[in-house]
Amino acid sequence: MKNYFLGIDLGSTTSKAVIINNKDEIIGRGITNTRANYKVAADIAREEAIYDARFTLLSNKLKDEIESKPEFKKYMEDIRSVFQYRQFKRRMDSLEKKLKETVQDYSYDNKSAIADALNSIIEIIRPHIKNEFINKNLGSKNQFFRDIVSERYNAEVEKADRTLYEPLMLAFDKSITPVENEMVQFNFKELIHESMKTLEDKYQGLIDEPQEHNEEDWYYAELNAVKNNYKNVETSLREHIDSIADQEIHIANMVGTGYGRALLPFPEDCIKSEILCHAFGAHAVFPNTRTVLDIGGQDTKAIQVDSRGLVTSFHMNDRCAAGCGRYLGYIADEFGISLNELGPEAMSADKETTICSTCTVFAGAEVKELLHNGEKRPNILAGLHKAIVQRAMSLIARSGGVREEFTFTGGVARNQAVLKYVKQMVTDSYGEITMNIHSDSIFMGALGGAMFARRNIEIELPSKKMKTKKAINHE
Amino acid sequence: MSKIAQKEKSMILQKEMVEGLFNDLANAKELGKKVCYTFIPGNLSELIQTFDMLPVYPEINALQNAMRKKSGGYIKEAERNAHSEDVCTYVKCDIGMMMKGNIGPTGQKLPKPDVLLLSYTGCFTFLKWFETLKREYPDAKVIMVHTPYQENGEITPEMTQYMVKQFKEEVIPQMEQVTGIKFDEKKLKQHLVLSAEAEDWITKIFDTTKHKPSPIDAYFAGVYYIGPINIGFRGTQKAVDYYKELYKEILIRIEKGQGPITPEGEMKEEKYRLVVEGPPNWTSFREFWKIFYDMGAVIVASSYTKVGGVYDYGWRHDPERPLEALAEYCMNCYTNMNIPQRIELLKKCIVDYDADGYITNSIKSCNSFSAGQLGMMREIEDSLEVPVGFIESDLVDPRYFSYSNIKNRLESYFQMLEQRKKMEMETV
Repeated sequence: MKNYFLGIDLGSTTSKAVIINNKDEIIGRGITNTRANYKVAADIAREEAIYDARFTLLSNKLKDEIESKPEFKKYMEDIRSVFQYRQFKRRMDSLEKKLKETVQDYSYDNKSAIADALNSIIEIIRPHIKNEFINKNLGSKNQFFRDIVSERYNAEVEKADRTLYEPLMLAFDKSITPVENEMVQFNFKELIHESMKTLEDKYQGLIDEPQEHNEEDWYYAELNAVKNNYKNVETSLREHIDSIADQEIHIANMVGTGYGRALLPFPEDCIKSEILCHAFGAHAVFPNTRTVLDIGGQDTKAIQVDSRGLVTSFHMNDRCAAGCGRYLGYIADEFGISLNELGPEAMSADKETTICSTCTVFAGAEVKELLHNGEKRPNILAGLHKAIVQRAMSLIARSGGVREEFTFTGGVARNQAVLKYVKQMVTDSYGEITMNIHSDSIFMGALGGAMFARRNIEIELPSKKMKTKKAINHE
Repeated sequence: MSKIAQKEKSMILQKEMVEGLFNDLANAKELGKKVCYTFIPGNLSELIQTFDMLPVYPEINALQNAMRKKSGGYIKEAERNAHSEDVCTYVKCDIGMMMKGNIGPTGQKLPKPDVLLLSYTGCFTFLKWFETLKREYPDAKVIMVHTPYQENGEITPEMTQYMVKQFKEEVIPQMEQVTGIKFDEKKLKQHLVLSAEAEDWITKIFDTTKHKPSPIDAYFAGVYYIGPINIGFRGTQKAVDYYKELYKEILIRIEKGQGPITPEGEMKEEKYRLVVEGPPNWTSFREFWKIFYDMGAVIVASSYTKVGGVYDYGWRHDPERPLEALAEYCMNCYTNMNIPQRIELLKKCIVDYDADGYITNSIKSCNSFSAGQLGMMREIEDSLEVPVGFIESDLVDPRYFSYSNIKNRLESYFQMLEQRKKMEMETV
């Protein structure tokens, strides 16, 4: 039986899980939004990582086919999206039930009108979301259940009769939290079979020629290949699915880290500081790293590491979380746009408006004033991104500056505008330095945790260890 | 039983000394004693005693009020009276206490000052603090001594003479005038003999952290140990007796191989030996200490216990040069040393006491301490390759102690130490 190792990073905004094999290779990743019930967040992230690990194992088995035949590649991508949709659907069913119950319990006079409006909203958003998952790969865009539903739900509520606005919004607020905090167990085998069925329907329904040429040619080439050959893929896949689904992903050891680590139901020696985990993960991926910058939801950490990946010193923001990921979340809300849209819009700026970054709430007020004065939105956003990086740079300076290679990790490292300013400012202050940003940057803490789990680095008393050593020698 | 009695004797002595002082202060008028408000750094304890005055230390009152959870209310009182959020919280706590009737930490009323003696000018806030007090107590005489900073890392004869001149021409005549007592050099010399003796003892006491396990915590318990020598007893037999007793108790702990006594009980296993720079947080003193206790961390030296005098290099009050000794003392307190001197002193502590790490507790409202701390930390980290940690809190403002943030940083720091220790052992 193969041993795998799990790292869970319970951050203030997102919870991440990483599964590695005994070569420190990532075979599974899971991410979800952190919610009131930390255990559920950690469990969901872990379950996601396990499904992901099964897909990795499946892909490894079909490696040759995936590399040589486009239909295999496309099918495997599609089945992931559909699988994610099936998971979404289960939660959506639960939410729908809860929403209807909530409205049923209302004492509003216009209760039946609210119920009708709710039904029609659900009827509109469900197929809409399904289509986005199955045909537009929504699941790969890293959106969480709450975000996916609320974005569409809110948009529909906006269109509804104004008198229904408040009860409909209230229904959502009351229903989403319990649904989010309930743990839904999925059966991998069942879900993947369902997914294959859905895919079959999709491919059968494909028309020969696209109606709108808004996609690249290769997209249709792949789609056509899979349309004509998906039966072959299915046959190959079925051979392996059962063995993969039945295979135990044996987690030999695990380590929890992150802001909420103390709340994880892990033994004390399986809890590690996120500082150590981020540094260890970043160093594993980029072994020449000597300085790590991690911008998370409410922490920014500047960490110095030695050649072994061990932390030599670190600095974190204190007293205030302005300039961290949550700041961006707040700003996105202020602008009424999604978090993912912030970076691209800031990149289109022609200048950066100067904005004070010392307080998130004040920055919100400042933004309103600037908009009122006719300042362009991209320029304001660029200024906000720059402000975040300026704060991070101050922490880097306090921790001892950038020494040799520099690695940027954390959820915020996915934001292109932040990245641009980090590159610019690190170069300005420390000269030309190799800068690493990995597509898995958000998972670095969980990766480090999993690596610690593999090494089974226990928190033991040094003196006890000496004694053990002595005892062994004595024997 | 005898062990418990021995343990408690020094504590009882200290308690009696402090209570006695506050009793005297409450009855200063009846006792016919004049009252001198002054600060810990560069305090001229022996001179105050020579003129038979009673000392009041506003910053000690502030920290004691904080430990009794009273500082928050006093600070709010001061802020309501237009003292800004950024002002040193010792000052605000003191002013708030004054506004609420000047009831001291023991519950007894503190007397008004007859003298406001400012003998250390390294902290600019002290000047402003006494300016404020002068407005409140217009009858008090302000005596200000300019203490030259050790800019070039040394005390020159000129600097000493400059201060002696101030003592002769300003301080002593004014004290004579307030108290009606003529300056008695012989009496001062007698106090200085006892000062030097107490200084010898306290140096020995803080040197016991060389032992493993360290029998004492030189920061959390250290702040209690420096009490008598700093709050007006230096120069008295009482202080000498206290330190002799304390030393005796510590020797017993060493013999038995015992670790420090903490409010949570005796430290069972010494995992980490640390040197700490910066004052502690007083409002959550016990919680703060407990974080270290839980991690098995013992502080083997701290800069804070040197604010009232640096005796590490052998300097003692010299009775043969009484005024010169007072001058040197004022210039030799920790925060009057330049940054390279402080770095050297801290490095010496790390090496002498075989520390595993160095932690800075940066204080939001204390510029005297906080200025230069980051640079000092970097320098120490680079030259000794010792793991360093940085946390932030405040002296007596409870709003600036974030338990979970501090705990999170310290946990990370201790895990970092552990990881490095482990690696080092593997390499060996």
